[in-house]
Amino acid sequence: MAVTLTTEERAIAGGSLGEGAAMAMRIVAETARLMGAQQLIAIESAHIDGALYHGDSGTLFAETLVAGGAKVSVRSTLNVGAIDLTGCSRNRLPAHEHAMASRMMTAYRLLGCEQTWTCAPYQAGHRPRFGAQVAWGESNAVAFCNSVLGARTNRYGDFLDIACAIAGRAPDYGLHRTENRRASVVFDVSKLDHTFLYSDIAWPILGHLYGRLIGDAVGVVSGLNFRPWEDLLKAFGAAAASAGAVGLFHVAGATPEAGDEAIALHFRPPLERIMVTPDMVLDAQRRLSTADRADRIDAVAIGSPHLSLEEFDMLRRLMGGRKTAVPIYACTGRHVVKVLERDGHRQELEALGVVIVADTCVVVTPILPDTPGAILMTNSGKFAHYAPSNTGYAVLYGSLADCVESAVVGVPMFGVQS
Amino acid sequence: MTAQGEVLLVGAAVTAPGFALTAPISFWGGVDPKSGTISDPRHPEHGTRLAGLALMIPATVGSSSAAAILLELVHGGRAPAAVILHEPDAILLLGLIVAKEMGMQTPIAIRLDRDQFAALHGHELQISESGLLRSA
Repeated sequence: MAVTLTTEERAIAGGSLGEGAAMAMRIVAETARLMGAQQLIAIESAHIDGALYHGDSGTLFAETLVAGGAKVSVRSTLNVGAIDLTGCSRNRLPAHEHAMASRMMTAYRLLGCEQTWTCAPYQAGHRPRFGAQVAWGESNAVAFCNSVLGARTNRYGDFLDIACAIAGRAPDYGLHRTENRRASVVFDVSKLDHTFLYSDIAWPILGHLYGRLIGDAVGVVSGLNFRPWEDLLKAFGAAAASAGAVGLFHVAGATPEAGDEAIALHFRPPLERIMVTPDMVLDAQRRLSTADRADRIDAVAIGSPHLSLEEFDMLRRLMGGRKTAVPIYACTGRHVVKVLERDGHRQELEALGVVIVADTCVVVTPILPDTPGAILMTNSGKFAHYAPSNTGYAVLYGSLADCVESAVVGVPMFGVQS
Repeated sequence: MTAQGEVLLVGAAVTAPGFALTAPISFWGGVDPKSGTISDPRHPEHGTRLAGLALMIPATVGSSSAAAILLELVHGGRAPAAVILHEPDAILLLGLIVAKEMGMQTPIAIRLDRDQFAALHGHELQISESGLLRSA
């Protein structure tokens, strides 16, 4: 295991740009050595997932970088933190955790990161060009960046994301390299009903199934007769990346490295062709719900990944000015809140019983009331995956129309026309 | 018996009880950083305290926040005495790389084939700086 650093990289690791930059370069180089990378490559941007509080040591790490004079050297957006700094929503973090989480968010700001605080940076104006080498964290953002934008990133996590952003370098291995971006498995959906495939409820279910079956391999979704729009691919990637370690997927005819199935396969035969059947879909749909009864709900949560403006338009249309009987927690980024406020939509939605959550979300910080045995309804494959362990809520999965109707009526409704 | 591992991250020689996990582990969501015990109820070694063990890990799964949990264990003095992995896992070992950068005392990390874990389990292990494991 030998990684060769350039003269400049060695000088930076030795402290030529200060101790913070040196620490970042050494972390990147050590990781490269462990992963068998031969060299580091220059990156154009980063998306930082490391500013979410997991314990005091993470805060101290970020503050050590700040004290060492480190600054990011490429455009770096921030993923969610543990606190809604916009004040739209409140959390129940104990005082010590709240203070340490707040210090952590401040430290990442001081390192020069943009205060986007969103898990959908690609809808907040951060869209690397096709083929760009980048270092992104947050599983759904990684999947979107690789798959939909065609930029190149591994699945970066705590510490390494910010170290790469400061060093402006990443270890050269994995999905940074063309040969590892080839699909080896075909996920064939041609046997499914196309009305279903054209609906928003389908894509988190398909993503969940894909993630469970394909894991960390690269696959290509094949057999669609239309081009899925961006919010569908976003929902698919998020569900896939939480059910499996999916960093890159292709959709034949829709994503940039998959003009067709053969191109995604780099013109080689697949190791496996999975023919997706309606029964497999029903089974995956059942797995997304964990509640053993579907006779009541305590809350609805939407927005994982964070809601886009288009998704808010759909929410407002489905609400139709009706008040909710149980609250809808709508998670989004401050880039969207700003527009909602400008247009008077935030005030309108809040008056109807929608709790807008910005900068964070309901599965990473305690926002939902602490109610034993409570049931959460969601249209997000990712919320469905993490809510039971992170919030204690059991989950019912439905479409956005189902979620809205259920919140208005106060009991779960399924199969609602959108 | 003895086994020669490959040193992934350097650390001081140590003598510690060998403990082999029998299933892959996810540090984030699977290990409680506050108590340093395995918190995933579906893991066969659920409830095991990791502090001070020569911990043999057959495979890791799950989130990229594993490093944050391992760093938190080192920071709180609840880390294993040695981390022995079947495969190098950069996401997990990053926790040790960062701990070292922050001036903390970190356990040695060694790569060793998991076929050898069973024979070392339950024995007091003398581990050298060069990755030689000797059961007393």
